[in-house]
Amino acid sequence: MLTFTFRRLLYAIPTLLFISLVIFLLLDLAPGDPMAQMPLTVPDEVKARMREALGLGEPIHIRYWKWLVQFFWVEPLHMLDSLLGTGFAEGSQRILSWQTRSPVVDIVMQRMPQTLWVVGTAYVVAILIAIPVGIYSAYRQYSLFDQAGTFVTMVGFSVPPFFSGVLVIIIFASQLGWFPSIYDTRLVVDSWSDFGLQVRQMFLPVMVLALQITSQLSRFMRASMLDNLNQDYVRTARAKGLREKTVVLVHVLRNSMIPVVTVIALGVPSIFGGAIITEQVFKVNGIGQLLITAIQGNDLPMVQTLTFIFAVLIVLFNLIADVLYGILDPRIRYD
Amino acid sequence: MTNAHAPETPVGADRGTVAASAPVAGSEPILLTQARSQWWDVWDQFRNHKGAMAGAAVFLLIVLVVVFGPYAWPFDPTETNIRSRNQGMSLTHPLGTDQLGRDVFARMIQGGRVSLAVGMTAMALSLVLGTLIGVLAGYFRRLDGPLMRLTDLFLALPLLPLLLVMVLLFREPLTAAFGIETGIFILIVSAIGITSWMQTARIVRGDVLALKEREFVLAARSIGTPARRIVTRHVLPNVLSPIMVSATLGIATAIITESALSFLGLGFPPDFPTWGRLLNDGVPYLELYPGRAFWPGLAISLVVLSINYVGDGLRDALDPRIRGR
Repeated sequence: MLTFTFRRLLYAIPTLLFISLVIFLLLDLAPGDPMAQMPLTVPDEVKARMREALGLGEPIHIRYWKWLVQFFWVEPLHMLDSLLGTGFAEGSQRILSWQTRSPVVDIVMQRMPQTLWVVGTAYVVAILIAIPVGIYSAYRQYSLFDQAGTFVTMVGFSVPPFFSGVLVIIIFASQLGWFPSIYDTRLVVDSWSDFGLQVRQMFLPVMVLALQITSQLSRFMRASMLDNLNQDYVRTARAKGLREKTVVLVHVLRNSMIPVVTVIALGVPSIFGGAIITEQVFKVNGIGQLLITAIQGNDLPMVQTLTFIFAVLIVLFNLIADVLYGILDPRIRYD
Repeated sequence: MTNAHAPETPVGADRGTVAASAPVAGSEPILLTQARSQWWDVWDQFRNHKGAMAGAAVFLLIVLVVVFGPYAWPFDPTETNIRSRNQGMSLTHPLGTDQLGRDVFARMIQGGRVSLAVGMTAMALSLVLGTLIGVLAGYFRRLDGPLMRLTDLFLALPLLPLLLVMVLLFREPLTAAFGIETGIFILIVSAIGITSWMQTARIVRGDVLALKEREFVLAARSIGTPARRIVTRHVLPNVLSPIMVSATLGIATAIITESALSFLGLGFPPDFPTWGRLLNDGVPYLELYPGRAFWPGLAISLVVLSINYVGDGLRDALDPRIRGR
């Protein structure tokens, strides 16, 4: 298992390098000019010098190398510095956003909490709903509950979030007025009433996201339970005289969770990636919204760094899912 | 699904087998005339899937309205009429009019044409790419490693951000080269196609790997059939069913992706309606005229839902383990 993990980790390095190259090249081909917004009165030689100040003067492979060094060496050192109070990274150039002229990683760190709260809560809620629903609809296959559940999950992953978001805003925010339609990031939770406000403003985005994630997960859970319910070991367990509850919730559930756990692990990067569309609908200023504004503002270092962070997370959690699969299911050991 | 409730139809399947074995067994020749292909069995199974039939009906209805609507509907989607702006539902304007007095129903039809065209073309592109890569990787062992690594790489790319970036990058050059509408159509279709072929490729590769070892492929090879012919005559027809299932699901995802891009303001230009664009345009008027955002959203959801049901039914119908039970 350890060698397998190690081999996969080694293999992740060229993958990440290739992805970083793709992202870098793709963005570098951008016809958008960061100087395009400058007033026409700025003379050409000043523009050229500003361009150099942004690091655009050098050939492409040098810029790529510098970006890699900044991403993998300077920024981690900075994090270490701010954690421990040391001074390893002093004087080195960090990745700066073209829009705000401040370090990209700092901005990402500012936006991360909102995304983690909203999307993370939605993910947890979705898991908590999806697993019981999946278990019950598999246990009573083709029952009314199962049919209704199938229909709801079908609707759940057919209705895109930009429509379900708008729909819940129409119903719950503008018609009924129960919840605010805009997420207020400035709200500081230090009393119970503020906590109530926070819960209320998180309710709609979490609902929209959770509906989507629940529909995918509960389908998986149901299919996986169905695969296991007809296995021989279940009959053995029943024949031994175990209670039905023990058979389903201990024997079958544990085995059915194996693929579901890996699916859950594979979905974790999307929590950090933020739900771009849902954040846009509810005006949550999280990572997804940051990415959209960076794309619209031609802020290349920001877009490069964000997309690459997403890619790193995807590769990492793919790896974790593979390893988890091996740990949970002794039949699939890779070595 | 609803299969278990479906009345059992072994009749057709049995007749098929008898007819097929008739020349060997020498039984009554009358049965030969009733020989039926595999596709009739598939159709029988599909017909029993209620959700799939309902989905197919809804989808066909929407396609018909969208294709023939402009010839029957008196209003032009771009015709403005300030006197009759912001109207509610009425007999002349069943879905009302927008802030410039344009008929919303006509715009929905126009938007549907673009959305469906984008969905189908992008699906076709991603299918061709996915099938090509899947077949090459599955059939030629030397290509398997590199092509599957490529697929893994694409799966590890964060797709929506990358799509947004691609649209941003190539919008200008393509609109300059092909004109604004064709340019953006090409851009969006190819962007969606290039980022969505991976699942198809994986499924097809798996099936081809299994097929390659079967006796009929061996027989074809032993009589000297070139690889190209084996692939087109023996392998491709046998991987048709997974390809069809991913085709239906591909249309659904392509429509959603296009709408998402339009919704984020990175799709088609404002005067060129698509469902996502109309929804996006309707959002600022949400408080006053919720219908303007509701109808396009409903259209997208209905199409995707019906396609997903069709895909579900197809998957069951094409699965020989379930069919005929």
